[in-house]
Amino acid sequence: MALSGMRGLSVFISDIRNCQNKEQERLRVDKELGNIRTRFKNEKGLTPYEKKKYVWKMLYIYMLGYDVDFGHMEAVSLISAPKYPEKQVGYIVTSCLLNENHDFLRLAINTVRNDIVGRNETFQCLALTLVGNIGGRDFAESLAPDVQKLLISSSCRPLVRKKAALCLLRLFRKNPDVMNVDGWSDRMAQLLDERDLGVLTSSMSLLVALVSYNHEEYWSCLPKCVKVLERLARSQDVPQEYTYYGIPSPWLQVKTMRALQYFPTIEDPNTRRSLFEVLQRILMGTDVVKNVNKNNASHAVLFEALALVMHLDAEKEMMSQCVALLGKFIAVREPNIRYLGLENMTRMLMVTDVQDIIKRHQAQIITSLKDPDISIRRRALDLLYGMCDVSNAKDIVEELLQYLNTAEFVMREELSLKIAILAEKFAPDLSWYVDVILQLIDKAGDFVSDDIWFRVVQFVTNNEDLQVTLAALLYMLLLFGVSLDGAHYFQPLPQPYAALKAREYLDKPAIHETMVKVSAYILGEYSHLLARRPGCSPKEIFNIIHEKLPTVTTSTIPILLSTYAKILMHTQPPDPELQNQIWAIFRKYESCIEVEIQQRAVEYFELSKKGAALMDILAEMPKFPERQSSLIRKAEDTEADTADQSAIKLRAQQQTSNALVMSDQRPANGTPPVSQLGLVKVPSMSNVDRDSADQGETQSNGTLTVVDPQPPSTPSPDLLGDLLSPLAIEVPQPDANQSDHNLGAGVKGAPTAEDALALAPVEEQMNTIQPIGNIAERFHALCLKDSGVLYEDPYIQIGIKADWRAHHGRLVLFLGNKNTSPLASVQAQILPPSHLRVELSLVPETIPPRAQVQCPLEVVNLRPSRDVAVLDFSYKFGTHLVNVKLRLPALLNKFLQSISVSPEEFFPQWRSLSGPPLKLQEVVRGVRPLPLLEMANLFNSLRLVVCPGLDPNTNNLIASTTFYSESTRAMLCLVRIETDPADRTQLRMTVASGDPTLTFELKEFIKEQLVSLPTAPGAPAPPTPLQPQPQPTSPPPAVSDPGALLAGLL
Amino acid sequence: MIHFVLLISRQGKVRLTKWYSPYTQKERTKVIRELSGMILTRGPKLCNFVEWRGYKVVYKRYASLYFCMCIDQDDNELEVLEIIHHYVEILDRYFGSVCELDLIFNFHKAYYILDELVIAGELQESSKKTVARLIAAQDSLVEAAKEEASSISNIIAQATK
Repeated sequence: MALSGMRGLSVFISDIRNCQNKEQERLRVDKELGNIRTRFKNEKGLTPYEKKKYVWKMLYIYMLGYDVDFGHMEAVSLISAPKYPEKQVGYIVTSCLLNENHDFLRLAINTVRNDIVGRNETFQCLALTLVGNIGGRDFAESLAPDVQKLLISSSCRPLVRKKAALCLLRLFRKNPDVMNVDGWSDRMAQLLDERDLGVLTSSMSLLVALVSYNHEEYWSCLPKCVKVLERLARSQDVPQEYTYYGIPSPWLQVKTMRALQYFPTIEDPNTRRSLFEVLQRILMGTDVVKNVNKNNASHAVLFEALALVMHLDAEKEMMSQCVALLGKFIAVREPNIRYLGLENMTRMLMVTDVQDIIKRHQAQIITSLKDPDISIRRRALDLLYGMCDVSNAKDIVEELLQYLNTAEFVMREELSLKIAILAEKFAPDLSWYVDVILQLIDKAGDFVSDDIWFRVVQFVTNNEDLQVTLAALLYMLLLFGVSLDGAHYFQPLPQPYAALKAREYLDKPAIHETMVKVSAYILGEYSHLLARRPGCSPKEIFNIIHEKLPTVTTSTIPILLSTYAKILMHTQPPDPELQNQIWAIFRKYESCIEVEIQQRAVEYFELSKKGAALMDILAEMPKFPERQSSLIRKAEDTEADTADQSAIKLRAQQQTSNALVMSDQRPANGTPPVSQLGLVKVPSMSNVDRDSADQGETQSNGTLTVVDPQPPSTPSPDLLGDLLSPLAIEVPQPDANQSDHNLGAGVKGAPTAEDALALAPVEEQMNTIQPIGNIAERFHALCLKDSGVLYEDPYIQIGIKADWRAHHGRLVLFLGNKNTSPLASVQAQILPPSHLRVELSLVPETIPPRAQVQCPLEVVNLRPSRDVAVLDFSYKFGTHLVNVKLRLPALLNKFLQSISVSPEEFFPQWRSLSGPPLKLQEVVRGVRPLPLLEMANLFNSLRLVVCPGLDPNTNNLIASTTFYSESTRAMLCLVRIETDPADRTQLRMTVASGDPTLTFELKEFIKEQLVSLPTAPGAPAPPTPLQPQPQPTSPPPAVSDPGALLAGLL
Repeated sequence: MIHFVLLISRQGKVRLTKWYSPYTQKERTKVIRELSGMILTRGPKLCNFVEWRGYKVVYKRYASLYFCMCIDQDDNELEVLEIIHHYVEILDRYFGSVCELDLIFNFHKAYYILDELVIAGELQESSKKTVARLIAAQDSLVEAAKEEASSISNIIAQATK
């Protein structure tokens, strides 16, 4: 078939196809581009036919991957051609060549609008398609009302209306305000009565977008959606052409069920019943058939139904049906179904009560870890990671370690991270932990990121039992180059020593550098504990470590130097020979070109001459205050790059490390341990450490480096406060630990200071009562709204209602006894952070059966801070003592009041707050990818009012708000977010206000909301996906945008 | 939503690209390079989904051509897989047993048909019959315009003879 008779184009395509190699092709293309360029230059001579032909050639060349940086004007100008053939070409080529940010597109707005409002329906279709595919914010503002009219018009034919629906969807995505039309929700509901399934499909897509943004307006659509679903499920009134392999429009079914998932619940019992009937029918009635397309379509519907059932948290019976189905799916041969089975099972983990059933499939899931398909292996890994707990950790980690041997390079880093997290979290005993970590470093050294071994060091520092054994082991390892079986580690050391030495010494394999780092660090800290054992004199230990020095890179040498200094310090009585040896090394590195090495060498040399003073400075590292594992944060950060979010999120929400309680002698209440801050202790790997998320500790433990080459980037007066705040109220960071269980565990250990290092079994005696629903989720919901349930378990429900006025808040706690017997020993106590003054009225000691008690709570905000108040709540039911620590939703954002500013107010303010500390800017990575719309929505719900139109770049958001506290009074805050459309996981944020603390706290607060879990200041940046687009740095230009002016003139 | 559609031949030649999310030229080239590296090397009996940069790419091979659509992580993969098949069936019906050559020399048709099927990254029409009818109507409009043009030029030619 010739291309509409365009011989020139066909010839060109044939020429390209006949090119023998890339070089020839390039020559041919260059020639053609030159030709087109000259033809376009004297445009007068071009017939419409020729213009069309050249424009097509341009598109073809563009598709081949060549830059076509001219001729856009010609393509755009064809849009205004009077005749259909030219117009059509103009529209399609424009929508392929340009994207929404292109200035040329603005030139076309008027023509496009004329086509949309004109009477010619073929022109309308072309115009709607273009706007639907590449329309930007400008289009949204100028065209939305016209498109709305077309969609609801009774005189338009379906072919126009369905395009109008999707076009409107695009405009809504670009600017949600365009759908703020009175009565639109009624219109939307009417649209769902549509009989034409093409229009209905498009309208349903529009509805999905609308309800995902704000479902409140659209409750009236819910029963209609159920009706549509019923109509399809029963094949009523579905024309033949809309059945796909015998299934009534699977796409419409999927979309409808998707829309329903955005409504939190379905209240009306009749609607609910009808929906469940349909869902039941889908769950039961979907069989595997031979025809692959029919199979895919029916399973598309089935998986959507599964998601809806999970969302509705249906009856137990239905849920177990779902798990059974998924269990079947993960065992089938069809790879797509297996993949989706694993994916959905991971989502299922969110639902309570099914974990045990899922565990039954563990063997099958492990098989999938060996699947030839990397996509399936990824899902299996994610699921195993999500379902791991103390009961199966040994098996799962063992499998993962094995898999590490064969896994692709792209997966190894993620895999090592996950192994390290699981090992720490669920270790049944310490020898196992050591075993796993050594194997991990041994097998995947290159992929073990610094964070992992930092964490290992932290962990060992905080667990005394580990120190000797690991030191001994690593020493043996360095000595013999063999790693022993875990069980041997805890044997009284070295009877087999001599024998081993003789046998293995000769064939010492290379040891990975990461292993050298860990060994050097641990031996430096703890090798003196080995001193009495034969062959473990400081000198011997020094020799074995020093032997590695020639083999390591410059990043490891500073660590080795620290180790030498420590060995020297621990050698009592001093050994002059060793001292000279070490001094010689220090002197040698005094002139090293690497600044870090040089500095350490100089300082250690000087210090070690000071004799006893050295002891104070180089003493053992103090224990690290417990905080969330940086690994989990890292895992979250890398998520976007690797796998589904679900399992990681779930992990983060679950309690941290139960098995190995990383507790410490933290004071039970209030003040942080001053001694830790005051003393200058061990010079740790200051430079290396800076990369780790635990920068805070290193700094507070004091580094020896006098000059800090890289001071913290945000010189906020509150930095110290920020570092300490997690300690200040013995509750871990406000955000890091999400479950009350965990809070309970963390706090319990500290005040009683009992069995600090015990291998505490997971099951706490206390909270055997499982909360209903996810506490963290409830808390997060309450952060955005003012009333709801804070906590619920089988016996009690705690509701909360809040009223916020400026810097005052009044909360009422509703304590409801759900039982027929009273709840005794009820106690509630508020652990307020220092910036809040909280007064809780008396709480009665008993709550009578089925009664609800109200406890008012007054909150006053003294100054900006994002710390969180905690409600320590306990009661007794029968023999159960239940104690929970609940975060109270009295966050920073509650003391904000919406204010929207006009450009005249905004820009002067914005400019007057110039630079730190009043205006802070930061590039945030690892952001939960949100469409801009949803982000704007999130901001609005945080009472940061998005001011549309202030920033000409549609990828940016500007928000304003007023913050109230006793110290700052009312304070205007301005926020600008610049997003990268190509990479939603990162953005640049600028926050400005009249108070430096407020600016910093607000910035951190917003960051916490955007990143699923907050990152500490200076946290490691995750690898950036797609190249970041250069962002405009200047403050937004006002209306003087040249493109806009040009468009106006035309 | 569908962020983009790619048709890539087994040799890595691009036969069609359609972008529903804004990507610059540079990003487009990079995306194509990365994805063809990932997808063309996959074996035949693997699943049709590839995880990529926080998105999912659903693809299916038809003879020498790979049809790929990039979607969000929580979109319904199978639904999109059948959008691909739906598109292929319509192409097949239009060209009469479609092959890669048809799509090379008539790439503009592939674009027209895709526009009738997907707008804003969402499925617009699920009836093959309707799409076929609309494309036929477009073709006849173009034909009519051509005839009109030639008849006018005939008249002019005759008048100026």
